[in-house]
Amino acid sequence: MALIKNGTQVSDQWITADDDTPVQADIPTIVSYKRFLAERETLVRSRAELGVKVSPGEDVTALERDLARLQVIALDFPKFTDGRSYSAARILRQRLGFEGEIRATGDVLRDQYLFMQRAGFDSYEVNDGVEARQWLDAVREFSHYYQPAPNGTSAVWARRHAHLAAAAE
Amino acid sequence: MYRYDEFDAQLVQERVAQFRGQVARRVAGEMTEDEFKPLRLMNGLYLQIHAYMLRVAIPYGTFNAPQMRKLAHIARVYDKGYGHFTTRQNIQYNWITLEQTPDILEELASVEMHAIQTSGNCIRNTTADPYAGAAVDEHEDPRIWAEIIRQWSSFHPEFSFLPRKFKIAVTGAENDRAAVRVHDIGLVIVRNDAGEVGFKVMVGGGQGRTPMIAKTIREFVPKDNLLSYLEAVLRVYNMLGRRDNKYKARIKILVHEVGVEEVTRLVEAEWEAMKQETSVDLPAEERDRIAAYFAPPAFEVLADTDTGFEARKFEDRDFRHWVRTNVKPHRQAGYAIVDISLKPTGGIPGDITADQMDAVADIAEAYAVDSEIRATYQQNLVLPHVRLQDLSAVYDRLVEVGLATGNIGLAGDIIACPGLDYCDLANARSIPVSQAISERFADLNRQYDIGPLEIKISGCINACGHHHVGHIGILGVDRKGEEHYQLTLGGRADDAAAIGKITGPGFSADGIVDAVETVVETYLTLRLDPAERFIDTLERLGFQPFKERLYGAKAA
Repeated sequence: MALIKNGTQVSDQWITADDDTPVQADIPTIVSYKRFLAERETLVRSRAELGVKVSPGEDVTALERDLARLQVIALDFPKFTDGRSYSAARILRQRLGFEGEIRATGDVLRDQYLFMQRAGFDSYEVNDGVEARQWLDAVREFSHYYQPAPNGTSAVWARRHAHLAAAAE
Repeated sequence: MYRYDEFDAQLVQERVAQFRGQVARRVAGEMTEDEFKPLRLMNGLYLQIHAYMLRVAIPYGTFNAPQMRKLAHIARVYDKGYGHFTTRQNIQYNWITLEQTPDILEELASVEMHAIQTSGNCIRNTTADPYAGAAVDEHEDPRIWAEIIRQWSSFHPEFSFLPRKFKIAVTGAENDRAAVRVHDIGLVIVRNDAGEVGFKVMVGGGQGRTPMIAKTIREFVPKDNLLSYLEAVLRVYNMLGRRDNKYKARIKILVHEVGVEEVTRLVEAEWEAMKQETSVDLPAEERDRIAAYFAPPAFEVLADTDTGFEARKFEDRDFRHWVRTNVKPHRQAGYAIVDISLKPTGGIPGDITADQMDAVADIAEAYAVDSEIRATYQQNLVLPHVRLQDLSAVYDRLVEVGLATGNIGLAGDIIACPGLDYCDLANARSIPVSQAISERFADLNRQYDIGPLEIKISGCINACGHHHVGHIGILGVDRKGEEHYQLTLGGRADDAAAIGKITGPGFSADGIVDAVETVVETYLTLRLDPAERFIDTLERLGFQPFKERLYGAKAA
């Protein structure tokens, strides 16, 4: 697995722990959603940097009170055609104000990078051999969008009317 | 009609380039077919029995003469010289190669057209009343909102991988001509007690193997909040719609399983929360910009009647009959709406040759305001704004190219899906059955006598031929390797939308034609008077007399 974050290939500092592997204070660890909810008291008090992996069907709003404690939320795509994690990403960014890393895991493919980026993802676990350049090509395929998005891109109508306003000056 | 600005044009161009890249990577083997399939479907490209099929979007059925000419050109150069108008106001080409598809999309982009989201598990091409902007009974033009929805739903970052396809229809008129009650979301433009314009929102309608009539989840959404409300519905569906079984994945199943009250509650909660977030609702200046494209065209001030038109109706029986069925009143004095039937006797419903497309473009350019053309879900075409004084010339030109069949709304105006002749999903052929019924009722005088009658045929349970909402519906099934046809009665797609019920045992391909005739003959003997339509007689008397005639007194 390679990790692309903010458009560059980075080495992954995080491990994804099995539910029965103890969390160590000096290793940034991503735990499962179920484990996080079950061991929450202990985990939030540990000194480790923490992430949670959320599968489709699990409710990210249950993490709300701990979002400031979490550095990474990994949203999984068991199949790239399962679009539930797009909703989870938008809810995290736009409703819950999560500012940490939202990582796409699972079936993460080139033709979905742009959708993911626009839904609020900022890191991508991709197959070995996928280069950052390919990711950049994929997310630059469009110059305009019809919707505003949590990654900060404005909708085309904002540009239209800025353009009209500029033309009128 | 809407015209692209530089931004729309660039978006569509970039979509062509993106798809060209996807096709190249597929052809080079860099992508598996499983990875490619959802991508090509999101651009309307299906792999059918014989070849690829490309479905081109005609957003809410509105297009114009230059666009029609381009469709003709594509039919000639890339297909076998014809195209097929579908039940979703789109056009399909049945003999396409994968490698040529990007070039076709490039051609389409040059006339502000595309194939974006005409298939796939995403928000599909939004449909609307084909008489929009012309109908006498219209409150507000639904195309403004259909275009707003088109833009919002294109390449949506959250709703491009839904559990299943998602179809939205909009009407702004008293009478529903857009079948909104059999859509995932049906929108009806209404006015509330305060006189404000908004939408009544219905959710969970649809056909397919589990037909359902949509249920109202909100009587009034202010029009300025339409997109955020739709976004709330789509999010609830994206999160909770079933993904374990594609046959139970539509929102209608969610509504059915969870209950309309719970879905309503979830949508309301989602919508309430969204109000605190960056809004997708359009600012007024953008809404006004889009609405301006749909301002009424510059109609001439004309008299209510035209003497030349009246004279020809008096003198020419064929013209008079054509006018009776294919010409509808227009809101503007001196104008009319012209329906062009794509259902010649014995023809393939919705099929049109490249030459006929060019002819329609020529006629639209000569006689239709702004050369506007509409496609209907009944697989016909419409010239929405024609002067009464030009109807005679329009009719003559249509006669020349075999497009003047005066059967709109009658027995010959059959909806049929492509069926087993083309479609990879089909279990039985629909086209030959449709042709045989059309031949059986070839006599137009007989059709006039029968009156309004909607016959709809699907070649499989997916119901693209709308058989569930046909007054007479026919469903082709495979029974031990034989094509077999079930008969349903009493369906309708209008304001009183209803799902037809199966009469009893099915019929062979020949038997189904006789069965339809038996049903029609039974109606003719039972109706109170010629003004009582088939659907009314059926409602008054129920199934019993029809079943007796179909299966004998004992079986019934």
